[in-house]
Amino acid sequence: MDTFLQQLVNGLTAGSVYAVVALGYTMVYGIIQLINFAHGEVVMIGAMVAFTVINLLAPTGLPPLAIVLIGAGCAVPVCMLVGYGMERLAYRPLRHAPRLAPLITAIGVSIILQHVALMIWSRNILAFPQIIPSRTYFIGGAAITSVQIAILAICLTLMAGLALLVYRTPLGTAMRATAQNPQVAGLMGIDINRVIAVTFIIGAGLGAVAGVLFGTYYGLAQYTMGSVLGLKAFSAAVLGGIGNIPGAMLGGVLLGLVEALGAGYIGDFTDLCQWGLPLAACEGGGHFILFGSNYQDVFAFIVLILVLVFRPQGLLGERVGDRA
Amino acid sequence: MKNVKFGISAIAAALALAGCGQSGGGGSEVKIGHVGPLTGGIAHLGKDNENGARLAIEEANAAKTKIDGKEVKFVLVAEDDQADPKVGTTVAQKLVDAKVSGVVGHLNSGTSIPASPIYNGAGIPVISGSATNPKLTEQGFKTQFRVVGRDDQQGPAIASYLATNNKPQTVAVIDDATAYGEGIANEVEKTLKAAKINVLPREKGTDKTTDWKAVLTKLRGRNPDAVFYGGMDATGGPLLKQGRELGIKAVFSFGDGACTDKMKELAGDAAEGLLCSQAGIPVEAADKKFLDAYKKKFNADPILYSPFTYDAANMLIQAMQKANSSDPKKYLPELQKLDFKGATGKIAFDGKGDRKDAEMTIFTMKGGKLLPVAVITGGKSQSFDDFVKGMK
Repeated sequence: MDTFLQQLVNGLTAGSVYAVVALGYTMVYGIIQLINFAHGEVVMIGAMVAFTVINLLAPTGLPPLAIVLIGAGCAVPVCMLVGYGMERLAYRPLRHAPRLAPLITAIGVSIILQHVALMIWSRNILAFPQIIPSRTYFIGGAAITSVQIAILAICLTLMAGLALLVYRTPLGTAMRATAQNPQVAGLMGIDINRVIAVTFIIGAGLGAVAGVLFGTYYGLAQYTMGSVLGLKAFSAAVLGGIGNIPGAMLGGVLLGLVEALGAGYIGDFTDLCQWGLPLAACEGGGHFILFGSNYQDVFAFIVLILVLVFRPQGLLGERVGDRA
Repeated sequence: MKNVKFGISAIAAALALAGCGQSGGGGSEVKIGHVGPLTGGIAHLGKDNENGARLAIEEANAAKTKIDGKEVKFVLVAEDDQADPKVGTTVAQKLVDAKVSGVVGHLNSGTSIPASPIYNGAGIPVISGSATNPKLTEQGFKTQFRVVGRDDQQGPAIASYLATNNKPQTVAVIDDATAYGEGIANEVEKTLKAAKINVLPREKGTDKTTDWKAVLTKLRGRNPDAVFYGGMDATGGPLLKQGRELGIKAVFSFGDGACTDKMKELAGDAAEGLLCSQAGIPVEAADKKFLDAYKKKFNADPILYSPFTYDAANMLIQAMQKANSSDPKKYLPELQKLDFKGATGKIAFDGKGDRKDAEMTIFTMKGGKLLPVAVITGGKSQSFDDFVKGMK
């Protein structure tokens, strides 16, 4: 039982980071129907910038929490700038081009960002300075660290803040209006270029925070970390219904849980010996495991495929006509 | 025409610092090659290896070593393979064309393996002081040797240390599904099972896994006394950190891929107390005479494998002396049966060219530093201090 509870805690932590990253995908898709494949790289750059700042400040003897906050405080504006820059330079000129053009541009931007990071931060795995003392608490047999609690709290706050912004402010109204129909929103006096740029900036800011959280949680950063993280978050966004903000949150958390439980139990379920098969490997309490926990990363994509087959609009998404 | 040819060779002879190279009827100058990366990320290790071989050769020259009654001058031909397999083969061909009598190197397994058929084709003996991949000596080349242990001797070493010193009842074995990780994990499992220790069903990650919590949570439920992970530090560090976060108290042990100082950075305080193994012995355990001579000559301390390349070069020289010839064909049989005592202890080769009873060192992380605790030779464990005493 405490194993199950622990897997839930693991899944929730990873899932809430996925959810914050997924928001960046879903917001941009919701407003201009573009899958911004470079978003994972924005997350990576957030982690890298925070890494550099934290590394520089670590010997100064400032309180650890302050150092991490300054690190995040530097990562967020840098990522916002990257987000704005890519919208302005790579996507805006293609806004009226066929759908495929900006999609391929997004892949190109992703490769460019990855290689810029490679040049700045090298191809090595960077160990995040572990200055925050991680305390472990046990709740009903499940261990949860202070860092995990902070991650959950920060992610929840960000999601709540975003929901407030989108559903309770004039800017949010403008964003939803632009998402529904850009032409009409423009005729109503909304500066849609500004709204789209702001969407990119907010998404990138969320991505930066997710990058810092990822770095402090796992203790490392690398220039390639954005690609798998980005793909998983994208799957989470599709799972929840791409373009749908509560959907991305739900999808992220669900995906984290599916992964943790899947990796935790697949080995047991695919151990052919427990099904009583007469295999040589089983003799004397042996095991013959068909799929091990190294298939953890596959679950995200199995879920993605299943959702696309059975509920293409996602869990919370509505079936919408092609608006292009 | 004849005069032109003579002119060219005269110029060449004048240009060469050792102008007597082509005269003297053979044997007065013996070329020994050394290959390692002298540029790139591990250039410092390449230079260290080269220094080891250079020291051996200069000592031999200073001692006026004789082969077949004639005094000879040994010349080191040092080449840079950039730790790149493609460059490694080019450089190997260059050494063969330069008619070296023997080669010390290469530093990496990745460059040694593709270069080995080239040396073998030319019949030139090559001794690596640092390539640990088993495949190197499994190709059936009579000219290939190494004075350092093999990766597949490491698994049994760390497992037997674990079994005798920590006496665990249940051990969990994890690997990263790479050839290296799976290989070493299999060896560990075999040795543990032979010692009648219960081994849990194998868990797997990948060489890119960052989140080990699902696997570790599952293991925590089975309460192992020790965990072995076959993989690199980039994945081993997070594994260790997350294991401690989950409250797993077991001893964590690793192979050489995760036996690096980086573990401290990646796992933080959780790295304290980890056990890990490396092929060979740490430099401070090498022969004192070697350490002093190296320091005096290069005004720096040896870094990693230079005691091994020093021994490798000396073995080539000694085999030539025994065979009374620097002709590879003639001294190769002597090299195969040489019984040598060098800076890293006794060396003899088995049929494959591997070092018999190669040493493996077990380290533990203490105060953020990897400290050697034991040396394992031929399945027998000896505390590190005793081993160092035995060497002096």
